[in-house]
Amino acid sequence: MTSLHWAVFAPFILAIFVPLLYKWFRGIHTGWFILFLPVLLFTYFANFISVTMQGQSVTKSAAWIPSLKIEVDFYVDGLSLLFSLLITGIGALVILYSIFYLSKDKEKLNQFYVYLLLFMGAMLGVVLSDNLIVLYMFWEFTSVSSFLLIGYWNEREKSRYGALKSMIITVLGGLSMLGGFTLLYFMGETFSIRTLVSQSGNLFEHSLFIPALLLILLGAFTKSAQFPFHIWLPDAMEAPTPVSAYLHSATMVKAGIYLVARLSPIFAESGVWLWLVSAVGLLTLFWGSFSAIKQTDLKGILAYSTVSQLGLIMSLLGLGAAALHYENLDDNIFMAATVAAIFHLINHATFKGSLFMAAGIIDHETGTRDIRRLGGLMPFMPITFTITVIGGFSMAGLPPFNGFLSKEMFFTSMVNVLQLDIFNLETWGLLFPVIAWVASIFTFIYSMILVFKTFTGKAQLEKLERKPHEAPIGMLISPVILASLVIIFGIFPNLLSATLIEPAVSSIQPALADHDFHVHIAFWHGWTTELKMTLGVVLIGGILYITLAKWKGIYDLLPSRLSLNGLYDGTLSVIDKGTSLLSEKVMTGSIRRYLIYIFLFFFVVLGISLFQKDAFQLDTNNLAPIGIFELILAAAMVIGSISILFAKSRLTSIIILGAVGYTVSLFFVLFRAPDLALTQLVIETISVALFLLCFYHLPKLSSRKEERMTFKLNNALVSIGVGTVVTLIALSAHSQKLFDSISSFYLENAYKEAGGKNVVNVILVDFRGLDTMFEITVLAIAALGIFAMIRLRLTRRNDQP
Amino acid sequence: MEVLMAIVIGILFMCATYLMLSKSILRIIVGTGLLSHGAHLLILTMGGLKQGAVPILSDAAGVYVDPLPQALILTAIVISFGVTAFLLVLAYRAYQELGTDNMERLKGTDNHE
Repeated sequence: MTSLHWAVFAPFILAIFVPLLYKWFRGIHTGWFILFLPVLLFTYFANFISVTMQGQSVTKSAAWIPSLKIEVDFYVDGLSLLFSLLITGIGALVILYSIFYLSKDKEKLNQFYVYLLLFMGAMLGVVLSDNLIVLYMFWEFTSVSSFLLIGYWNEREKSRYGALKSMIITVLGGLSMLGGFTLLYFMGETFSIRTLVSQSGNLFEHSLFIPALLLILLGAFTKSAQFPFHIWLPDAMEAPTPVSAYLHSATMVKAGIYLVARLSPIFAESGVWLWLVSAVGLLTLFWGSFSAIKQTDLKGILAYSTVSQLGLIMSLLGLGAAALHYENLDDNIFMAATVAAIFHLINHATFKGSLFMAAGIIDHETGTRDIRRLGGLMPFMPITFTITVIGGFSMAGLPPFNGFLSKEMFFTSMVNVLQLDIFNLETWGLLFPVIAWVASIFTFIYSMILVFKTFTGKAQLEKLERKPHEAPIGMLISPVILASLVIIFGIFPNLLSATLIEPAVSSIQPALADHDFHVHIAFWHGWTTELKMTLGVVLIGGILYITLAKWKGIYDLLPSRLSLNGLYDGTLSVIDKGTSLLSEKVMTGSIRRYLIYIFLFFFVVLGISLFQKDAFQLDTNNLAPIGIFELILAAAMVIGSISILFAKSRLTSIIILGAVGYTVSLFFVLFRAPDLALTQLVIETISVALFLLCFYHLPKLSSRKEERMTFKLNNALVSIGVGTVVTLIALSAHSQKLFDSISSFYLENAYKEAGGKNVVNVILVDFRGLDTMFEITVLAIAALGIFAMIRLRLTRRNDQP
Repeated sequence: MEVLMAIVIGILFMCATYLMLSKSILRIIVGTGLLSHGAHLLILTMGGLKQGAVPILSDAAGVYVDPLPQALILTAIVISFGVTAFLLVLAYRAYQELGTDNMERLKGTDNHE
């Protein structure tokens, strides 16, 4: 265990003590005890910046299951450091915010902080793990803790629905990702990401490469809410707002982004990767921004906007893969896509975090998040308004905020697609900048809705539950810090470029390590196409925003039943109904039905394999001769057993069964088995007596018709099949004797070793005495059981409800 | 002889299966009785039905029949007797308590969880 290991496991350890802290210090808000940890971790990780800036990385190993090559290896390079800083930094701010957001007296704070700490530790584990299995373990930890956090107010129906939905979708992706990881292990013989990266050239040739790619991407897309798996994110907004700000904007939903970025060096050579990642990202970007406009809930808008921004980052990562295909890295224009992705990732975490917190403040101070009831809040909440303007304008991509810069870089990359001459991008590539531009217009519109519908216009105080007023100062600290970062990164973007962006980009593009690579983000980059595109966005977006009421009707054209949520709900209910219908059909509760399944299975499997494997043989060489007595007995037995079937009364069938039993003992006599004949005779007698006893105790059959068994054709078919298979197997088993019996040993040694002449009895009590002992036990248990059944009569518990 | 026995055993199994598929619990138990007869004869037949002396050592005989299947069958007879006796009493008790010997009616009730 190194300090890095302690850093990752510290949240888990602290989580153990949270309930105690909660119980012992009821007077103090539990969050204060938690706050120190992310701050500490943030400073700890900040120390690594000097290491990664020089292109170095830190690896710390600890053994876990060495025999399966599963080691807890943690690895700090530019990419994982960037994520760690986001997780701990925003984690600290969110905990500070939650101290003022959640009431000490009304909420179950112990649960909340346990879940949040679990999540924080799991997220750190995801971004720092080098071992794929350890990464997967932490990945599922984030799913579970997110499930618990979304369902935090578990007395609400919608919380439970949202939690379950996010769980189903993310675990579906998580499992497929595990499948992809396993395939990677088959190809590379290792779970270590760095080792896999170093042999990525060989992996590309492998036939499992594309399946692994698809499975892993499914995991990344579900976690990062990419189309069409984005549907869980809006429903996850039932979580407390600090959770939405932390998990569903800044950290967890970026786990998929992290995975795509981390595995890019392995998969990016493939055109499938480039196309899937960038096209799905663009589709998500468009659909998220398009859907955000029709939302009426502040957090709903923010959820769809998160979906759309994640799509933007994803598409940039996809295009960044193109850089691999060009030799000249120094002036590689596609590298800019990766830079833009990382830059926008940071920017999105800052402005979306602050927007969520602002939405939480509005909810907290007015009692609603519905924009139809809000409006004119500016005079009441000037600070929140400022924060929202900064966050909203940055999201829309307006100067001088950081969103402007990353949006410009995004446009640059999309325009550069036109110069790509690989993987059919030269023809279809034109769609990229067009979709990106249209999506940006929608982004602009919903950002404006978010800012102006909430804070300007006429205040509708009579519709609000409380009289709005500014939030307490403690609640404002975190969003103010984030909003200041939005401005600082906007005006001085190069603060980030050398410290965080360059190391992160060189982790995604390891070929860069040899090159002298520098990111320089210029605030003013000249009168370029991108700037004209932004002007167009503002112009058209502004016009569309003003005329919003006139064209909003198009959203009603899409029937709600045809939505993806409808598909999800429909699929679930179809699966639910289908499985219960299936089990109702198959599991009828009738023993006859189950026996038919068993016998059919016996018939089909044995019968088919007998002929499939060509196992049936008939060897007539080694047969014993048939005597007249045997013939008579065989005839008696056949007639007897068949006549049981047609016996009209049960008395008859019992007597015939006895007759068959006596015939069996006569067979034993003929086949030279005196002990068997004796035992069979006695036991058959007792059995028949028992049957008769049983029969006697059944009521007089006058009330029930002593009817013949209902003849059922399928019963007959099944039994004929079973009988035939048994005969065939008996014949072919007899025809293929592979070796001699070991009985000569018993015959030779029965007297010499055991001192007995009756070989069967010697075998029973001497050579194989253990069988006999347990056979005695069986009889004893049966006797005790019978005794207990007759004597123990507990009253039936019918009177209980 | 073995071929004949195989056919007889097949018929025993067929009848047993047919009986076990019926509704009356008593017939099902009769079916299991037939099934165990079939199984015992099958073991004996598979051990080989060659002529030879009873496996009790004496000076006169040179060749004996195989004693091992006989020991196995003896164990099996006793065990199947124990099980049959238990089943019969179970059926008897079930009839006393529940008032039916029809398997189709012996299902879990609705209030049964």
